[in-house]
Amino acid sequence: MSDEIKKMIIEYVKKEYLDEDSDQEVKEDTKLISSGIVDSFSMVSLKTYLEKKFQIKLPDEDATPEAFDSVNNIIELIKRFGVQV
Amino acid sequence: MSNIGSYEDRYKNFDWKISEQELEYGKDGQYNIGYYCSDRICEKGLGSKPALIWEGFTGEVKKYTYDDIRAYSNTTAKFLQDQGVKPGDRVCLFMDKIPELYICFLGILKMGAIAQPLFSAFGEESLITRLDDAKTKAVLTTRKHAGKVRRIRKDLPELATIIIVDADDKPLNAGEAAFAMEKLPRVEKFDIVKVTPETASVLHYTSGTTGKPKGAQHVHNSLVAQYITAKWVLDLKADDIYWCTADPGWVTGTSYGIIGPWSNGVTQVVLDAGFSAQNWYAFIERMKVTMWYSAPTAIRMLMKEGFDTVKKNDLSSLRHLASVGEPLNAEAVIWSEKAFGQPFYDTFWQTETGAMMICNYPGMKVKPGSMGKPFPGITASVVNPKTYEPVDKPGTVGLIAFRPGWPSMMRAYWNNKETYDGKFKNGWYLSGDRSSIDADGYYWFVGRDDDVINTAGHLVGPFEIESALLEHPAVAESAAVGKPDPINMEVVKAFIALKPGFTPSSDLEMEIMNFIRKKLSPLAMPQEIEFMASMPKTRSGKIMRRMLRAKEWGEEIGDISTLEND
Repeated sequence: MSDEIKKMIIEYVKKEYLDEDSDQEVKEDTKLISSGIVDSFSMVSLKTYLEKKFQIKLPDEDATPEAFDSVNNIIELIKRFGVQV
Repeated sequence: MSNIGSYEDRYKNFDWKISEQELEYGKDGQYNIGYYCSDRICEKGLGSKPALIWEGFTGEVKKYTYDDIRAYSNTTAKFLQDQGVKPGDRVCLFMDKIPELYICFLGILKMGAIAQPLFSAFGEESLITRLDDAKTKAVLTTRKHAGKVRRIRKDLPELATIIIVDADDKPLNAGEAAFAMEKLPRVEKFDIVKVTPETASVLHYTSGTTGKPKGAQHVHNSLVAQYITAKWVLDLKADDIYWCTADPGWVTGTSYGIIGPWSNGVTQVVLDAGFSAQNWYAFIERMKVTMWYSAPTAIRMLMKEGFDTVKKNDLSSLRHLASVGEPLNAEAVIWSEKAFGQPFYDTFWQTETGAMMICNYPGMKVKPGSMGKPFPGITASVVNPKTYEPVDKPGTVGLIAFRPGWPSMMRAYWNNKETYDGKFKNGWYLSGDRSSIDADGYYWFVGRDDDVINTAGHLVGPFEIESALLEHPAVAESAAVGKPDPINMEVVKAFIALKPGFTPSSDLEMEIMNFIRKKLSPLAMPQEIEFMASMPKTRSGKIMRRMLRAKEWGEEIGDISTLEND
């Protein structure tokens, strides 16, 4: 289950935040925010995606740049909000 | 002792010649900003002094002395000449905050071309609008961003060359060139193109309420204002380690992320990484930053992380802090005093003004929440929005206006004389911002005088967003407004009426958000979308954007007598 969710989030990040011609790799520990793949404005759309996909509500105080900085961090975040991973 | 000393004395006795004399401006007929930011510093015996210490998000560090930036900007200038770029051509810089962005900027100026920096997160539509308007001749970019330029190239007949600065051995297309700045032989001697103070230097695009973004065109004379404001407002001194967090895709990043510090011969540091409070504080400690110029949005994001995060690092190197981009709220000023032992000094200026205009100065009493007072040499006022005469009563709200003639004032909107001329009334340049002046002469920001959205210090035009929204297959009508936001001051909210056959859903909301993010930029992406059955319109059929905005701000909706009958 965990691997499936990781793969799903990685695919979403690649599709939505990387240029279609990009040769950049995204893995579960790739830095997303600090590398600039996802900027602080775009975090809102990533948060909306996670909320919709997993039927959860992520409070603003928990949706920090650190919490979104890798797929692994995102998994830890959504686990705290009841998602079975 | 601060560089400015007594603000009152400086204001009374100021002449821009003070700056010109310090710069030895015009010596040997030299007015080129590229010279003043590199060669001149080396001629003063500071060639071995670090000019730029750059750190990437992986922790990689690169260091460049003033002699390095002198030679590498020469290398850039010669390369551009060899590519057929001529003085006066527009050369776009479209890349993240990598060293080439800073150094190539000087190279473009040295060979007499006009630097056109664009924010690297811009989508294709934002790019094409700006490159087409400027008839840009060459784009300097990286592999990461080249795809966007390649895909729009067919619509840009004037674009002769796409220059990739990190091509390595990757294949290039026709009309592309690889430029490995540090791998080419260093060009030690380059005949810097002689310019006059009025020769065009930089083209920065900014958004308005209506129409396409406008290219504010600056000239080499801007240096005279950028040098002295960096020295007196930012209080830059010889042994400072200076950090300007702005991206040179925007005007702060060029005026005070390149020209200001380097013409003062100061060492600056750059962190090319996304925002994180922990990383920022660790960077300040690691680099021993002494002067920090940032933005209210960033400061409010730091506030959100709290004092505990501040205490994890030794920030005792900091001696002066300043802020720009949007009004700095009193709470942020007071918080910074507690967190860093000193306030952030707010500064007010615009893309069009090129340099700081109304500021808080070292040594002058800071009134938290105030914009401060006009810089010496600047005649500022608050004028009545109908008569354009200065208001005479303290506390009266009007338009912030400046008497034209300061060195860094834009000289034109590119290809847009009508809009440029419209910025001047009754002998004043009208900033488009509203404020009041108190009895002590301090300015207090009130808001914009138009519908432009100021999000995280960047102006976003509602017309651009609305036009892009209409390109989405589900959107029939749209309005974009600024909505209050505790961190970014404003964020974009879109009101949308759907075409028949489409129904509102969270899927569609996300699809439209991402559509705008990719097409324009993350800044322009609506953070919230409200679907409406129909949009409020005037009887003449114009969408009442101001009414929707007023609703978001909890303000009086105003005269709705012209509202269309449902």
